[in-house]
Amino acid sequence: MYIIIVGGGNVGYYLGKQLLAARHEVLIMEKDRQRCRTISEELGEVVMQGDGCEVAMQTEAGFGRADVVVAVTGSDDDNLVVCQMAKMEHNVPRTISRVNDPRNEKLFHQLGIDATVSSTKIIYNLIEQEVGGGEVIPLAALNRGNIEIVEVEIGAKSPVLNKTISSLALPEEALVISIIRDGHAILPSGDTRIQLDDSIIALVNADREPQLREVFAERAE
Amino acid sequence: MNIVILGCGRVGSTLARMMFKDGHNVTVIDLQGEAFRRLGPRYKGNRIIGNGIDEDVMRRAGIENADVFVAVTQGDNRNIMASQIAQHVFHVPKVIARIYDPVRADRYRQLGITTLCTTTIASGLIRDFVTRDEWGLKRDYSRDYLEMNV
Repeated sequence: MYIIIVGGGNVGYYLGKQLLAARHEVLIMEKDRQRCRTISEELGEVVMQGDGCEVAMQTEAGFGRADVVVAVTGSDDDNLVVCQMAKMEHNVPRTISRVNDPRNEKLFHQLGIDATVSSTKIIYNLIEQEVGGGEVIPLAALNRGNIEIVEVEIGAKSPVLNKTISSLALPEEALVISIIRDGHAILPSGDTRIQLDDSIIALVNADREPQLREVFAERAE
Repeated sequence: MNIVILGCGRVGSTLARMMFKDGHNVTVIDLQGEAFRRLGPRYKGNRIIGNGIDEDVMRRAGIENADVFVAVTQGDNRNIMASQIAQHVFHVPKVIARIYDPVRADRYRQLGITTLCTTTIASGLIRDFVTRDEWGLKRDYSRDYLEMNV
């Protein structure tokens, strides 16, 4: 695959290095001359100096035959425009944008970016997983329907411990689809009772997530 | 009219003062507080310090009730992104962005943002003045500027 990475910072550099190791054709676009030199000393002739938002530069870099364009600069506005111009001008099949402010993920999808990655959100979720009991942790998103797949770990203080699924005051557009118990996934019925150390997997409309969180929230003692 | 202006440079501050003088409800956003000095003592409209591509900042600036949003920061991409937030998230009826790059100005115009490419406007006016010795502007806008007593 031909993959163009816009932004030669740490993310762009290590991503390029990994893709090259996997034998993909890679081009890294970077504005700063000094940074370009550093990268080409390390990775060889895979760097182009220039502004990835400029159509002339995009054409020169071969956006027209790129399979994927990844924008990983430190500015969300630059990443957005790189991806939008890549779509509008060169019909790039897949555009991926790094998103520094996690709240921009929804906007970017709305504006036609195929995929977004937010390290802020990923790290936040990991921290939540470490410290929070009863926290609703997003696992994946079904973008087209604004539906999230979430997981909730049931601890000793959980308000839903020993309750049946049917007795939970779930919000509308929320559905418990599985319980992971002792390493096995089970498909629960309404009578299934929630036990300690269960992981509950649910589908929920992203807008209803706060209400779902409320159902499982552990109260302070 | 409620107008929110992003960027308090020469254009942003001048536009803000003009609109304020004409009796409109004006809010200016800029990252740097010092930029507001350009507004001068007679401007009594609102000033918000913050990042114009942050929805919370836009809300603080009253974007939800804005009739017009104007993006005139130094960054084309910042103006483009802010305008798209105003258009798609807050549904502001009239969204205008100054974009220096003629290609980007053209493409985003096709996406429904009113883009003003000062690069091509200035070049075109100068060319006509040089080749035909006629000034393209019907009105001398610089007089409006001078009349405000800088």
